[in-house]
Amino acid sequence: MDPLDRLEVDIARCLHCGACVGSCPSNAVFLNEVLLEFNDACTLCKRCTKVCPVGAISLVGGD
Amino acid sequence: MDDYDVVVVGGGPAGTSTARWAAENGARVLVVEKRQEIGSPVRCGEGISRSWLDSVDLKLDSRSVAWEVKGAKIVSPNGTPFYLSENMAGNEVGLVLDRVFFDKLLAKNAAKAGADIMLKTSALGLIMENGKVAGVRIRSFGETKEVRCGCVVGADGFESQVGRWAGLDTALAPKDVTTCLQYRLTNIEQEHEYCQFFLGSVAPGGYVWVFPKDEDTANVGLGVQLSRLREPAEVKGYLDRFIESKPWLKRGSPLEIVSGAVSVCAPLERTVADGVLLVGDSARQIDPITGGGISNSCRAGRVAGEVLAKATEKRDFSAKSMQAYEDGWRDILEDHLYRNWMAKEKLVTLSDETFDKVIETLNEVGVESMSTFAILKAVEKRHPDLVKEFQELL
Repeated sequence: MDPLDRLEVDIARCLHCGACVGSCPSNAVFLNEVLLEFNDACTLCKRCTKVCPVGAISLVGGD
Repeated sequence: MDDYDVVVVGGGPAGTSTARWAAENGARVLVVEKRQEIGSPVRCGEGISRSWLDSVDLKLDSRSVAWEVKGAKIVSPNGTPFYLSENMAGNEVGLVLDRVFFDKLLAKNAAKAGADIMLKTSALGLIMENGKVAGVRIRSFGETKEVRCGCVVGADGFESQVGRWAGLDTALAPKDVTTCLQYRLTNIEQEHEYCQFFLGSVAPGGYVWVFPKDEDTANVGLGVQLSRLREPAEVKGYLDRFIESKPWLKRGSPLEIVSGAVSVCAPLERTVADGVLLVGDSARQIDPITGGGISNSCRAGRVAGEVLAKATEKRDFSAKSMQAYEDGWRDILEDHLYRNWMAKEKLVTLSDETFDKVIETLNEVGVESMSTFAILKAVEKRHPDLVKEFQELL
């Protein structure tokens, strides 16, 4: 995987429901009230992109 | 002296129930809620029964109840309905709540019992001293503070952080997570005397619900097993397609969008640690078949509160001292949760054709109650082949 790959939140879609937070196996995503934040523990497993009911999270390349 | 005996993280039904029973029995309790309002935003289908209310001494006010139904209507993939009256439908039907008011009612009860509540306050982490929990760091209106207490209660829902901080294993496999989306649709034509459930490939590994909020408004939502999902926004696709396929729904307009996830796992190994206790969704006390958690949260919350009050008297919040909670909630919930998890593991494998046969059989032979056991027994009479997979449950 590209070291610059990362997960990005589309705030226009996010409903701040926390589905991604509770499903994350690495506890790498935190809902700061209505703002989703990823930390360095993220392994880019992409589980959050699937659990998000409205598709607000996507993997973006570093390039 | 500590600021409080107990700090409860999360102002949902599990947290405020725990707070109420702990405070009523003498503990000094603080509830911290990160949002600006108890009960909002709603993340719930809102359908429940009345049967458990007395066990937690809860009297609903008129605003907490949006609608009352006669029972449940379960619809097979080929469209065949099976009707269940309320007294047979178990824990999930009878009432459709208004959670905005219901959660406030529970919070009022906690406040009346003497608990303090802080809004717009997040828990940031446990304060550890000499290897022991000594309190919790919070951020309240942007200000970071330390609150010293004997026990931190994780009532922080599906997203639970408290359990992870305490080293309790609350991790979920994708097959044990259901991801949900719901619209409150108005201007629909529904059978408003029933909570409706649609089974099969309309919601793989889950179901679609239509729970009436008034004559022409309903919570229309679905849950899909996370292990069945591959692409982003698939859940929204399933819900939009379901609504589009039903002439009685497709002309409806949304009043609210609700999303979220629920655990549908086997009971956890441990829900207490030294100075930490988990309750409700954070303790994974959700019914793995229905995804319902309100009644279990309120019932486990009562046990938690009573045990915490005793621990307060003893000044001992060790895991050993709070073992009575671990034992107490398991006495009332664990067997049911475990059986329903086993049943869920099988149900998610059934084809549409099998669901059709099961509903057809239930219409022929009837069931005595809505328990998994009663349904399997009923099906076994006509189609022993259909339930042979479930033999261990029978």
